Amino acid sequence: MTNAANKLVTLAAAIDAHVPSGSMVILGAQLEQMIPFAVAHEIIRQGRRNLTLVGPISDALFDQMIGAGSVERVMAAWVGNASEGLGHCFRRAVENGRPNPVATVDYTNFTLALALHAAAMGAPFMPTHSAHGSEILKRNGNLREFASPVNEEKLIAVRALKPDVAIIHAQRADRFGNTHLWGNLGVAVDGARASRKIIVTAEEIVEPEVIASDPNRTLIPGFMVSAVVHEPWGAHPSPVQGHYGRDHAFFADYHARSRTLDGFQAWLAEWVTGPASRAEYRAKLGEARCELLAVKTHAFSAAADFGY
Amino acid sequence: MPTETKSETPARGYSTGEMMVVAAAREIRDEELVFVGMRLPMLAFAVAKRTHAPRAIALFENGVIREAPAAQMLYTMGDPANLQGATLCGTMLDVMGLLQQGRVHVAFLGAAEVDRFGNLNTTWGRRDGKDVRLPGSGGACDLACLAQRTVILIPHERSRLAERVAFLTSPGFGTGGDWRRTHGLPANSGPSAIVTTKGVLRFGADGEAFLATVHPGVSVEDALDSTGWTLRTAAKIDETLPPSAEELTAIRALDPKGFWTAA
Repeated sequence: MTNAANKLVTLAAAIDAHVPSGSMVILGAQLEQMIPFAVAHEIIRQGRRNLTLVGPISDALFDQMIGAGSVERVMAAWVGNASEGLGHCFRRAVENGRPNPVATVDYTNFTLALALHAAAMGAPFMPTHSAHGSEILKRNGNLREFASPVNEEKLIAVRALKPDVAIIHAQRADRFGNTHLWGNLGVAVDGARASRKIIVTAEEIVEPEVIASDPNRTLIPGFMVSAVVHEPWGAHPSPVQGHYGRDHAFFADYHARSRTLDGFQAWLAEWVTGPASRAEYRAKLGEARCELLAVKTHAFSAAADFGY
Repeated sequence: MPTETKSETPARGYSTGEMMVVAAAREIRDEELVFVGMRLPMLAFAVAKRTHAPRAIALFENGVIREAPAAQMLYTMGDPANLQGATLCGTMLDVMGLLQQGRVHVAFLGAAEVDRFGNLNTTWGRRDGKDVRLPGSGGACDLACLAQRTVILIPHERSRLAERVAFLTSPGFGTGGDWRRTHGLPANSGPSAIVTTKGVLRFGADGEAFLATVHPGVSVEDALDSTGWTLRTAAKIDETLPPSAEELTAIRALDPKGFWTAA
C-alpha cells in the first residue's frame, strides 16, 4: 500500500539521532494527558544539555529535566505539578541557578498555542486580544502590540515558534509514523506540525490498515515523522486515555522528594538514571501498581463507516 | 498554606474550603459557558452542575468541552474521567477561540496575590522577604483578558490581598477607571468577584474591590484587618449564605476525603 520507510526504532536510537544538545523541543503538548515521560528520562540518561523546552504546562516533566541539568531555557505558560503545586527544581534553577541557571520566556496558554499555530500555518504571526496589560506582554519579545490593519483595534502579534523537534506520545501508530490520537489534544497537532522533526512514542504499534481505517483520527501523518517508538506505559505517571489513569501518588511523592536538591537527586537516581531503560522502570513500578492504574471498564466509541 | 479558620470546622459542620467552593459555584448561572481552571474551580463547577446550574457547560483549556459532570473527583482536567463522556475533545485553540469570541460567561482563577483592582500575580511571589518563582499564567491571563466575568479564589491574608501585585500576570481593572479599554481589552469583561476564606469581594464601577459579604463566623473587622489595603465595604455587609445540605452533599460526593477542601 505504501513505499514509505519503516521508522520504528528504539527510544535510545530516536533520542540519539534526533535530539542533540541545544535543541528546542516541545513536550507535554496535551497538557496533563499523555506526557512523554519515557522520552524525557531517556534525554536525561543520554546527558543532553542546553535544551530549550517548549510547552503550555508540563506537570512535573519540565521540572525533572530542569533538575537534571538538561535545560537552559523554558518557553512555557506554566511550570509546576498540576495536582501538587510549585515545581521545586524550576524554582531552584530560576531563583538560585541550581543546578544551572534557566532562562524563562513566559507565555500564556493561548499565546503559546497561537505561536505554534502560526508556525503550523506557515504564517509569521497570529493576532490576538489576549495578554493586553499583562507584564508577560512587556517581557516576552515574541509578543508585540500592533494596530489592526482592518479596524481600529489594538492587537498583539504572537510570533511563530518553530521547535526543532516535537515529542508526541500517542495511543497507536503504524511503523510509518501515521498516528492516531484521541482524548484532549491541547496543542499537540499544531505543535507537531510546527516542528522540523517529530518523534512519536506509542502505546501500540498497529498495522497500517488499522490507522487507515479511521483517517479522521490520524492527526499526525507519517511523512512528517522522523521516528516511531513502541513505548507502552511511556507516559506514566500521566494518563493515556483507554490505557491507564493518572498515578496521583507518584506526582505527590515526586513533589515531596524534590523539595530539596538532595531529595531530587535521590529520586532521579531511583527512577531515571538508575533504570537503564523504560522496561526496567516499568519492572520497578511493578505489576500490582500497573494493574491498579490500568483501564477497568473499556468504553469503545461507535465505529465510523467509511464505506462507499 | 494553613489558615487559622481550619480549627473551627467541626463546630460549623463544613470547612472553609467547602464554603469557598459553594460561594464560587453560586457565581455560575444556569446555561452559562464556564471556563474551568485547575484545582478548586473544578469542584465548584461540579457542585453548580449538581445543584442550581444543571445546564451549565464547562470548557477546559486542554480542549475538553463537557456538559455532563465527570463521574469522579478530578485531580487534573486531563484525568480520564473528564474525557470519557465529554461533549467534545478537541484542541486548546478550539476552546480559546470560543473565549476570544466573547462567548465565555464566567471563568475561575486562583492566584498567589490579588490587588484592589483585581489584578492577579501567579509569576513571582514573595515569601519571607525572598522572591519565589511561581508556575506562571497557564491560561489565567487569557481568561482574565477575555471572559465576560472572572471569579478569583484566594486565601484571605494580608500577603495575598496586596495593595498592588508584585507582578501583573493576569489583568483585572489595572489601575481602575477605563484602564481595560485603553489597554485594548474587550468591553464587557473583567473580574466580578473575589471569593476568599473570609468572605466575598465585588467590584465598584470604578474597578475597585469592596467587601460584599463575610462568611458565617467571620467578623467584618477580621476581613478588613486581613486585607493589605484599606478595603472599601458595601453599605450593608451581609453574611454569606452558608452551604446548603444539597451543596455539601454534592461536594462530598466528589471529594469525600477533602483533597481540595480540607483547608
